Amino acid sequence: MNQLNVTVNGIAYRAEAGDTILELCRREGIHVPTLCDHPDLRTKGICRICVVEVKGYRTLQAACSTPLAEGMEIATSGDKVRRARKTIVELLLANHYTDCTVCPKNLSCELQSLANEYGLTELRWKERRERIIPRDLSSPVFVRDNNKCILCQRCIRACQDLQGVGALANLWKGDRTIIGSAFNRPISDIVCINCGQCVAHCPTGALHEKYSVEDVWKAVDEPGKVVAIQTAPAIRAALGEEFGLPPGTRVTGRMVTALKMMGFDYVFDTQFAADLTIMEEATELLTRLKGALVDKKHTHLPMTTSCSPGWIKFQEHFFPELLPHLSTCKSPQQMFGALLKTYWAERMKLSPEQIYSVSVMPCTAKKFEASRPEMGREGYADVDFALTTRELAAMIKQAGIDLTNLPDTPFDNPLGDSTGAATIFAATGGVMEAALRTAYEVVTGREVPFEHLDIKPLRGFEGVREAAVPFAGLKPEYSWLEGVTLKVLVAHGTANAKTVMQAVKAGTLDAHFIEIMTCPGGCLGGGGQPLPITPEKRVARARAIYEEDAALKLRKSHENPAVAKLYADFLGKPNSHKAHELLHTKYTPRGRY
Amino acid sequence: MARKIDLVFSDLEPGLALKKALAMKPEALIDTIKESKLRGRGGAGFSTGMKWEAARRSAAGKEACFICNADEGEPGTFKDKRILELQTSKVIEGMVIGARAVGATRGFIYLRGEYNYLKPSILAKLAELEKLGLLGKAICGEKDFCFDLELRLGSGAYVCGEETALIESLESRRGEPRNKPPFPTDHGFLGMPTVVNNVETLAFIPHIVLHGGEWFQEFGTKASAGSKLFSVSGDCAKPGIYEFEYGITIRQLLREVEADADTKAVQIGGASGFCASADDFDKAIAFEGIPTGGSIIVFNQSRSMFKVLKNFVEFFQEESCGQCTPCREGCSRMLEGILKFEEGKGNSKTITDLLELAETMSLASKCGFGQSVPNSFRTIVSKFRDEILSA
Repeated sequence: MNQLNVTVNGIAYRAEAGDTILELCRREGIHVPTLCDHPDLRTKGICRICVVEVKGYRTLQAACSTPLAEGMEIATSGDKVRRARKTIVELLLANHYTDCTVCPKNLSCELQSLANEYGLTELRWKERRERIIPRDLSSPVFVRDNNKCILCQRCIRACQDLQGVGALANLWKGDRTIIGSAFNRPISDIVCINCGQCVAHCPTGALHEKYSVEDVWKAVDEPGKVVAIQTAPAIRAALGEEFGLPPGTRVTGRMVTALKMMGFDYVFDTQFAADLTIMEEATELLTRLKGALVDKKHTHLPMTTSCSPGWIKFQEHFFPELLPHLSTCKSPQQMFGALLKTYWAERMKLSPEQIYSVSVMPCTAKKFEASRPEMGREGYADVDFALTTRELAAMIKQAGIDLTNLPDTPFDNPLGDSTGAATIFAATGGVMEAALRTAYEVVTGREVPFEHLDIKPLRGFEGVREAAVPFAGLKPEYSWLEGVTLKVLVAHGTANAKTVMQAVKAGTLDAHFIEIMTCPGGCLGGGGQPLPITPEKRVARARAIYEEDAALKLRKSHENPAVAKLYADFLGKPNSHKAHELLHTKYTPRGRY
Repeated sequence: MARKIDLVFSDLEPGLALKKALAMKPEALIDTIKESKLRGRGGAGFSTGMKWEAARRSAAGKEACFICNADEGEPGTFKDKRILELQTSKVIEGMVIGARAVGATRGFIYLRGEYNYLKPSILAKLAELEKLGLLGKAICGEKDFCFDLELRLGSGAYVCGEETALIESLESRRGEPRNKPPFPTDHGFLGMPTVVNNVETLAFIPHIVLHGGEWFQEFGTKASAGSKLFSVSGDCAKPGIYEFEYGITIRQLLREVEADADTKAVQIGGASGFCASADDFDKAIAFEGIPTGGSIIVFNQSRSMFKVLKNFVEFFQEESCGQCTPCREGCSRMLEGILKFEEGKGNSKTITDLLELAETMSLASKCGFGQSVPNSFRTIVSKFRDEILSA
């Protein structure tokens, strides 16, 4: 590697050729403020807050977009730099609708902290004292307030580059520029998958999820109602961040305690339904494989997973002709909701109307999923309110609870029992790993041949990963699989999913089963997770998830005793008629226009 | 005294220079251009030979692109329009020679949208030259020398005259400047090494090829070789297009165009240029003096410099692409500040605030557009402060 010698603030550094000034400064712990830059996103160099002085250059240089050169002498502070940055913050603030005290991003707004950093005490320009652009409230899951937008384009890049959706673009030009949609239509009229990556990458209050906090408090307080809450696997590895704990701290038991203290009657685990999903989905896969291999029928392979509601809507919009490939299994949230108001209600001798079904998800798309008309029966919804991790954190704080100092409490039974296979649903590749642990054992009677059940090729953060598992020594009823090598693929971030599905469409992809997670990193990097979202946090959360799995005694979905009991007492067997009725769903081809 | 020159509009036999260029090695061709010290006529004044050399170096083995920037948009300039009216084939020949030098096989003329009326004549010229074997496939009978040249029209954005915004626009995206580096010579149109040259720059190429690099240096000054076209407008008896060698003083230019006796100010380089007052009239127009892309606007004593300034700032506020903070927000705040004077609310504090804003705009903007917005503001305010304060 080519090495360069440069100085920053008079101190000599060696750097890699091709690195930018900002990359060097970050690595060396030299503070340079940024706004439009984000480690997940392509460099734009447009907010200009990161300008630094480079000797010999007439103008200041944006640290984010300026590559280092041999002998560069860089100054990251000084009068010229400080004045320019202060002016930039002042310009942004003057055009920003500043209702900080009632803004959802109060105290977590990047513009607000820059104003503080540069000590702004007055604005010399005419301020935006009211909303001059109406908010777009049309999305089922988030709010767009252009009056607070600083045009950093992080949302545009997240939507286009990470997600391959391209719902947002800048419209008009100059000081009339706004972030908008095609023909400036409301979000509800255009192709949006509700993933919330725009929200998760927004530095200000211009984008935030639609809040269900007040509705949930009201439900908790409503007399005569039973409020049951389910928490997704990704929450336990991220919620602690909102309370100052280092990323990757597991807070499972403390979270349950907090929820109990807040007045939730039953605290359950979405992981119960994740194990159930594996039973249903693995059975569905084997049926499809048998159809293709034994009955020589046309079955839709590869089969794609259906846990991630952003991905489902993505496929409905972009690949409606491939919907038969999508597993008919509902997501764990929705399987859980359906069972809560049937199976559990019967056991508890409650009628569905007496139950409030609440979920905590790392996800904004789950709000939309819960509201899909097919997700309920007899006029009631399976999930009444879907909260994000951030909303739950806000509620815990409102209840005056310090999460960090709580004892552990286990989840309630039976919908709180789960295995490690369900825990790893939170990470990209986790659903596939869980499915293989079960499918392999179902057909061979032996454990999947990976050390400690860890299917390492499926782990990590590469955009697309694959694995092949040869079947041999099968149980007699699965002898038709003898000699077959199961080929599986994992993709996360719908931009990667798009590439994979284009290959499926072209018939060039050699795979039987594909896991797709909408968000980069999977659910642990979901649009509803604590902010700011960074690659390091995703790594730490994944570590916590895999640690939690490794520490559990039960790590295979088919070993979940509560799930076995559910089949014995209620559903019969996987993919039974009753299971289909409650746990499977249909999709809506939407197209792009 | 600077000489009046007649190069750009003089007729040349089509293909003559190209044939001479084809007899040379591309490296020798680049050396000739370097030797001529020709600098870009669009305003920035980068050495044309060095630009070609950089593109040739990074093109080695790759497809390269050669673009003619005909997005003449600076307020007060109209010389490229005339060149394209009268000397189309010379400009195209300059491009073909350039393509040969850098190894480009693809090219574009990016024509200002408002010059749409030139489209038929340019297309006819392209067809004619192709028929003559001076463009397209197997140029001048050389089997391996192909240059596919397309005419594309802009859509009215001033910022698309900035070369990277122009390239973005050619790629069907919003015309917004890119980060530099990478420069277009390394990563231009669709990632190809790309040269972007102004119309006027290209019109000089065939002459330099025919007469040699040293010959070109006979005109102009040491740092600014050759001649320059000026688009002159405003308070003078003979507005129009003039060609002078570099180093001409403002005073001489004013005399040549029969400017009004009571000339108060001259705006050199259009809205993004500099305002000269009587004290400056003995200064030379050259890269080392007052640089210009060619726009010269003369103002007599009856003109309000406040209105001139307001007009320029309104133009910038309208034309800023809006991507970077200092330019997008700065242009509208600069206009807000200037309007205060009209409303009787402006004072010297306003000027101080605006100068501070101007400093940030020129130091921190992403591209040359935002960086040069403050030029006219600063020069007009420094020379006509009282006029602004009493507007």
